[in-house]
Amino acid sequence: MNTVREIHADEITQAVADLCIKACTLLPDAVYGMLCKACECEPYMSAKETLKLIRRNADIAKEQHMPICQDTGMAVVYAEVGQDVHIVGGLLEKAIHAGVAKGYTDGYLRKSVVSDPIRRENTGDNTPAVIHIKLVAGDKLHMTVAPKGFGSENMSRLAMLTPSQGIDGVKAFVVETAKLAGANPCPPIMLGVGIGGTFERVAELAKEALIEIRTQPHPDPYYDALEKELTAAINELGIGPQGFGGQTTALSVRIKAFPTHIAGLPVAVNVGCHVTRHADVTL
Amino acid sequence: MKQLTVPFDKEVLSGLVAGENVEITGVLYTARDAAHARLCMALDAGEELSVDLLGQTIFYAGPTPTPPGRASGAIGPTTSMRMDAYTPTLLRYGVNAMIGKGERSAAVMEAIAECGAVYFAAIGGCAAYMASCIEKCEVVAYDDLGTESIKRLEVKNLPLTVAVDSRGNDAYEQGVHAYLRQSR
Repeated sequence: MNTVREIHADEITQAVADLCIKACTLLPDAVYGMLCKACECEPYMSAKETLKLIRRNADIAKEQHMPICQDTGMAVVYAEVGQDVHIVGGLLEKAIHAGVAKGYTDGYLRKSVVSDPIRRENTGDNTPAVIHIKLVAGDKLHMTVAPKGFGSENMSRLAMLTPSQGIDGVKAFVVETAKLAGANPCPPIMLGVGIGGTFERVAELAKEALIEIRTQPHPDPYYDALEKELTAAINELGIGPQGFGGQTTALSVRIKAFPTHIAGLPVAVNVGCHVTRHADVTL
Repeated sequence: MKQLTVPFDKEVLSGLVAGENVEITGVLYTARDAAHARLCMALDAGEELSVDLLGQTIFYAGPTPTPPGRASGAIGPTTSMRMDAYTPTLLRYGVNAMIGKGERSAAVMEAIAECGAVYFAAIGGCAAYMASCIEKCEVVAYDDLGTESIKRLEVKNLPLTVAVDSRGNDAYEQGVHAYLRQSR
């Protein structure tokens, strides 16, 4: 029989606070690498200058411990809990919310959450977070904090396509989403695309595809080819950095697929900006 | 690059051309969704505004809190289209210029041309860099709105692009067309 490992809620709170600050000030290496490559490849001069400034901003944020973007987002937190972990000293969700409040307060991050979507009163500490908990094997707790800005989140879309619309329907919907988004989500953008599952699952897939910032090719060659085709199609739109024209509209398109019903073809596109960020830790 | 002083003279604004890059120095006022709603509610009710915005420039921005030892937190433009519902009212009241990011509605484009105003774009997501252009940041209205309060900013050499000029020309449309013409 496996032994149970104890993790104290206070440790979780502190870890989440640290992750909030880290995620908002330090651009993931993978995204920084994509920006550097785009700076090199962009043929349109004004677009190249914009990309250079975006890269310089990431450098300044890192050096001065400043947020990369003033929209430090709503905190999306993924917790993968080993089933041999026993959390003591409080509830997991409560510990995570407390960590977000602490991180956003201590780190001078922006409080962008309102308590009710219609009546709109700022909660003052950026809570609640959006929490996804998954039970996994082992005796560790893995947490990812992915602050999500809403300039890009607002441009995200979901469609319940029908099987007859097939791959062409999916492609058209993804490219149309980038086109409708235009300059609003601060291009160059990153897209997470979910295909399959159910109404709620496809949105989660899109978010996961966006947030994991995979730099390796998709393990399935079919989707690897589709990711490359969609990236190229979006970059042919000419929207460019900040929407003033150029080659670099999308830094990446990442797909996650899941089995679905015989009657359905759900597709969701989660739009991310050039400050798509996350930080993670294993306790 | 053109160096401009803000608040702007109408004559200076009328000389700007869509797509042009400028740097501005002077005074701006921040206002986002919630502040716009309150400003327009006050104007509709025939009340005085809490801040005199006649001839002023609004920056669609909600900065991060100012850390100790700095003049401002991270700051940058939010998506302008969310302010579209309020913008014609504010332009007709007498706001001169706006700073944000992204395309505007047809109604806003018309109001810009009608009033001889200008809509500038700042680069989104360059908030650590832009913080270095802020010399002073103080709340002047709606403190209860937190980051959405109206703040008076003193800025120095803030880099902007003329997104829509006073004749209603749109740099977004022109920029994409120019790139596509060149690349084909």
